[in-house]
Amino acid sequence: MSIRFELRAQPSKTMVWLSPIMAIALTCCVAMVIFALAGLEPVSALATFIFSPLADLYSVGELLIKAAPLILIAVGLAIGFRAGVWNVGGEGQLILGVIFGGFIALTYGPTGGIWVLPAMVVGGAIGGALWAGIPAFLRTHFNANEILTSLMLNYVAQLWLSYLIFGPWRDPAGFNFPQSAPLAPSALFPTLIDGTRANASILIALVAVGLGWALMSKSFVGFQLKVTGLSEGAAKYAGFSAKRAVWIGMLAGGVAAGIAGVGEIAGPLGQIFPTASPGYGYAAIIVAFLGRLNPIGILFSGLLMSLLYLSGDVAQMSLGLPSSITGLFQGTLLFFLLTADVLIHYRLALEPARPLYRREASNGL
Amino acid sequence: MGFDLLPILLSTLIAGTPLVYAGLGELITERAGVLNMGVEGTMVTGAVVAFAVALTTGNLWLGVLAAMAAGALLSLLFAVLAISFRANQLAVGLAMTIFGTGLGSYLGKPYVGMALVQDATQAGGGLAQLPVVGPLFSAIHPLIWLSWDYCSAAVWYFLARSRAGLALRAVGEAPTSAHAIGYPVVRIRYWATLFGGAMSGIAGAYMSTVYASLWTEGLIAGRGWIAVALVVFATWRPERCIAGAYLFGGATMAQLFAQSAGIGLPSELMSALPYLATIVVLVLISRDSSLMRLSVPASLGKPFNPQG
Amino acid sequence: MPLPEADLGRQFRLELRGISKSYPAVRANDRIDLTVAPGEIHAVVGENGAGKSTLMKIIYGMVRPDAGDVLWNGRETQISSPAEAQRLGIGMVFQHFALFDTLTVAENIALALPEKLPLKTVATRIVEVASRYGLPVDPGRHIYTMSVGERQRVEIIRSLLQKPGLLIMDEPTSVLTPQAVDTLFVTLRELAADGCSILYISHKLDEIRALCERATILRGGKVTGVCDPRRESSNAMARMMIGAEIQAISSARTVTAGSERIAIRNLSLPASDPFGTTLSEISLSIRGGEVLGIAGVSGNGQQELLAALSGETVLADPKVITIDGKPAAHLDPRQRRAIGLSSVPEDRLGRGAIPSLPLSDNALLTNGGADSVRGGFIRLDKVKAFAERCIAEFGVRGGNADTPAGSLSGGNLQKFIVGREILQAPGVLVVAQPTWGVDVGAAIAIRQAILDLRAKGAAVLVISEELDELFEIADRIAVIAGGRLSASVPRGQFDRDAIGLSMSGQFAGSSTPPEASRVHSV
Repeated sequence: MSIRFELRAQPSKTMVWLSPIMAIALTCCVAMVIFALAGLEPVSALATFIFSPLADLYSVGELLIKAAPLILIAVGLAIGFRAGVWNVGGEGQLILGVIFGGFIALTYGPTGGIWVLPAMVVGGAIGGALWAGIPAFLRTHFNANEILTSLMLNYVAQLWLSYLIFGPWRDPAGFNFPQSAPLAPSALFPTLIDGTRANASILIALVAVGLGWALMSKSFVGFQLKVTGLSEGAAKYAGFSAKRAVWIGMLAGGVAAGIAGVGEIAGPLGQIFPTASPGYGYAAIIVAFLGRLNPIGILFSGLLMSLLYLSGDVAQMSLGLPSSITGLFQGTLLFFLLTADVLIHYRLALEPARPLYRREASNGL
Repeated sequence: MGFDLLPILLSTLIAGTPLVYAGLGELITERAGVLNMGVEGTMVTGAVVAFAVALTTGNLWLGVLAAMAAGALLSLLFAVLAISFRANQLAVGLAMTIFGTGLGSYLGKPYVGMALVQDATQAGGGLAQLPVVGPLFSAIHPLIWLSWDYCSAAVWYFLARSRAGLALRAVGEAPTSAHAIGYPVVRIRYWATLFGGAMSGIAGAYMSTVYASLWTEGLIAGRGWIAVALVVFATWRPERCIAGAYLFGGATMAQLFAQSAGIGLPSELMSALPYLATIVVLVLISRDSSLMRLSVPASLGKPFNPQG
Repeated sequence: MPLPEADLGRQFRLELRGISKSYPAVRANDRIDLTVAPGEIHAVVGENGAGKSTLMKIIYGMVRPDAGDVLWNGRETQISSPAEAQRLGIGMVFQHFALFDTLTVAENIALALPEKLPLKTVATRIVEVASRYGLPVDPGRHIYTMSVGERQRVEIIRSLLQKPGLLIMDEPTSVLTPQAVDTLFVTLRELAADGCSILYISHKLDEIRALCERATILRGGKVTGVCDPRRESSNAMARMMIGAEIQAISSARTVTAGSERIAIRNLSLPASDPFGTTLSEISLSIRGGEVLGIAGVSGNGQQELLAALSGETVLADPKVITIDGKPAAHLDPRQRRAIGLSSVPEDRLGRGAIPSLPLSDNALLTNGGADSVRGGFIRLDKVKAFAERCIAEFGVRGGNADTPAGSLSGGNLQKFIVGREILQAPGVLVVAQPTWGVDVGAAIAIRQAILDLRAKGAAVLVISEELDELFEIADRIAVIAGGRLSASVPRGQFDRDAIGLSMSGQFAGSSTPPEASRVHSV
């Protein structure tokens, strides 16, 4: 017997949602193998890895606070991905949010009032949009590949932030550490749940999920984006502007990532460091795909990815593994997801290996 | 102001070499119609593997071989998903980068902070003992020599002159036609992808064992992506790809020149130069749509189904 | 494929026994038997979707059958790949060609030869074969500079250099002018006289009667008859092919000379794509109640003209195209639709519809007006109702509003697309290849729908490569060649030979033949 892949007559709707679950299960298997290789008891190590970050209310707060930026960025990116616009510059756009929001916080925070935080959010959105606007402009006017340009800008943004933190923004009272002065209270998100660090940025993520859902599932603009992503030819024929799709797709990601950046400095960090993001811009790509480019799905996959981040810390503290194991599992998860997605369009068929052709009984018709 | 021309040339060579390897590898892959955006991840993995093997065995070449194998293995993963299962090549490439980066930083954790001590004269074998040209051999690492004669010349000859190269181009141009006249499109695409992966592995190995002689996260710093951009810049021609690699090598080194020349720009701005240069160059090439249309392998990034 | 002389008379070159092949949605081949003798010109006839292409792909090793035997020169054989087919001596000339645009003729042919020869030797051989069969071609030219007819010549020469025992020709005349068809038939007869068997796939009965000695007729994946086409009437063969009498379309040809609804004045447009065609000085005018047919061999500017008309290509000067007198050349497709111009592209699955989306979404593709969208949000019930109406009124079978477009047959999807545009009551309809790859029943329905729209006072422009189709529905016919448009000929003066000559670029106002005008600098 040999296994063969047969094209399905129609893509399987079940597999669309079963595939992420299979990918998660397979990633757990890989995790157990890695734990075993590291000399740990695989099942209990996996249990520690998954459940210990959820031990108490504080931890749940941490889960939410990490999930918020991931969900927010992923919803923004998903709008672009659906339109076939490959914005992989979420990381840089997040950093621009940090820079723009940080500028407002550092300049007006100490003296300003209640308007400082909203101004930071708007500023961060503008910063992210500007950074996403560059690849959009280069794509629509010069046909330059947006994957490469948006990615290059990630490095440029990181260097810009480093320059600021090592230079003009360095805290004079910070013992020469590369960090800004702590942000003023008016520049911080209020805490939502007492005893945790969970703050109002979670609400922004939820609003993004709602807006994203309405845009993608109900609006004509969302329909146009979907058509553009599925078939360039059909979009042209229908008269849906490809350039507009690029702009909407890129800017949605940029605005979301920029606001997420503000959420980081105005939330758990409370201060600006050169490494403002633990790779949220990249992880959000996985979150978007794992959530099937659907805002509701992204809500769940964002929580899962957040758990993976927390588990990385657990791995370091309780299991004696490097926290970079998070990155390895993220990559594994995405790989398995793409593998399982094959089953959306194909089904496994068993067939005898030989003979190649078998005779079918002819009934003489 | 006085700075010597020779050190500039030499450091440009040193900085350009990983791009020669990764760029030519990706060029071959893309000529077969496969767009592998996972070069960055493959380079990271290659760098870690080479460093670990070279450090453990004390043999640089074993490290390079191991990196080639690791790169080919990763790209085999890519090939299965993107060629056999016809998954979206951009998504799989991105997954490769995220996976390779994660794998590299996990595997490389124990090696952070270690240094690889090696002697270039030894690596070059007896050549450094030659009179007159000997010092050149000791200054220029054998991996750089190899990137010229083995890699660049061979790739150029393969594409421009050999029948196999003609077949590869045909597959990238029109896989359906190539299949119809009897070429094993899937197999050719696999080999082209594996070759690209192995070359990215060498590029990574060069970065950790020759260029930096150490492993640290962020060592590759986007060079894999620049290599992908380089192929576009080269309009899929190997000779231009090599020229471009040294151009970017020079841009990487601009920071050092600026410092030695006493130019007072922020070092971050100078470090950003290669990335900005990549964007500028991409724009300059991509804006000419008919040049792109005539240069790009027509099936690039599109899956092929032999069962039609 | 050299064979002992004694065997030639008794043994079949190719024999198929009980070949079956199923795809997820359709049984493409159902226990098909077929025999071809050495030197025989054998037709495989059937309408679109009858399973001809699948059968040929099986013989050529591109598709693996689910069941059945293939016998080559009497021996059971498994043809697992095109390479294997070529090794056995089976050559194929593809409908849409298997050539590499950026390579030269010699490079293209060298790629297909089993032995590695220097290009010079290949070039010499090309010239030899070319002169032997009267197929002139320059080995050093790049494919993308060549006309469709020349490309076909390259394909034939390539097959001949492999000394095939069997040559498969897949709808070879669909890209040729009537005159070029005659030349091709001379070549094929010479080949057959030399002992090469030919499998000739077509749905054009006249051609088959002129060329072939035997015909196997397919319908719905099954063999419905084997006959000598020279002794069979076209009607009898059509019955075997379709399973029913062909019903004539009712064309109440009343001349309703309305006012001008669409006009192009002096449209010149450089090719945006290096492989494209430059349009030069195209003018036309269609009145209400009139169908203008545009004939021509594909690749002569049809796509560019369609794009300029539909609005996919926007022009700088608004007055070049007028719709009901309004300048419109600067408008995009949605704006043009709003003032009454609808279009149907030739590519159903890549342009006219999105295969993975349900029919309701595909209805919304061009029907995004105030009725379907309010305040930026989609009115799903209205969109569904429109799709259902389209399905019901145009007899679309095989699905409802929720069915993905890709699971419909070609004919049903085309009915849906044409219906979608006609239901929006356009004043001007531009249709490209309305019945390409569509079964006969659907083709009749679509042509009828076009004539009904004409009767309601709309102006219709039909771009088609099927001359018969244009003869049936057009009031006037113009020919496009090399990016230029000939003057139109009114119904009653239609002349196949004259139009055929025009298709090769020989008409007043064109000084250069299309071959020359298609040469681009690199």
